Amino acid sequence: MARDVQLLTKGFSPGKALGLFAKAHPDAGGIASFVGKVRPDGGVKVLELISYERLTLPGMEKLADEVEGRWQLDGLLIHHRTGHMRPGAPIVLVAAAARHRRDAFEAVDFAMDHLKSRSWFWKREKRGDGWHWIEPRAQDHDDAKRWDI
Amino acid sequence: MAVTVVFIGKLADLAGEGEREVAAPLIWAGLADALGAEIAAAVSDDRTKIAVNGEVLADKTALSASDGDEVALLPPVSGG
Repeated sequence: MARDVQLLTKGFSPGKALGLFAKAHPDAGGIASFVGKVRPDGGVKVLELISYERLTLPGMEKLADEVEGRWQLDGLLIHHRTGHMRPGAPIVLVAAAARHRRDAFEAVDFAMDHLKSRSWFWKREKRGDGWHWIEPRAQDHDDAKRWDI
Repeated sequence: MAVTVVFIGKLADLAGEGEREVAAPLIWAGLADALGAEIAAAVSDDRTKIAVNGEVLADKTALSASDGDEVALLPPVSGG
């Protein structure tokens, strides 16, 4: 399976990355993808995502291993931003190419749930009154637990 | 003879810097002496993890870092 896992420090175009991914997998029966963006509400001016070199990308590679072991895929793409982002900016792109749609849908859903709750990222938001560290959301942990079987 | 301690997230705010060199060896019982009571207290939080050279410790109280090691203090992740 062809895999493309990247930690990006600058803004990126999910559309362009997805186009290249589709081109790289002409034989796939389908491609599912998800783009996560900085939510443009709540007075957030800037979102900062912090990674730790010795854990974050290796953790994303391990997640890709797990996805690869669970679903029959032709290709898997995980691109994740770090650094400062404005509302509306893309944070993450996950895409899976597969012979059959169910594998592609589930692989993307699983990867996102794990990225949201079990990946090595720390987050803070800049609001009108300064920076605030973001605590993990219980909902994100519940979402990831759906897959624990 | 030094251990590099990396502070992540709000621990970097507490420490006032991203990393610091402290004398080797560094063990759990010596954290307060090496880093100050405030940081040691934050590291004692159940949800704070410790990694040595990129390996997360299953039991952080077993911390035992030697010269040249990188010790990362990891607050709870907030997700991507």
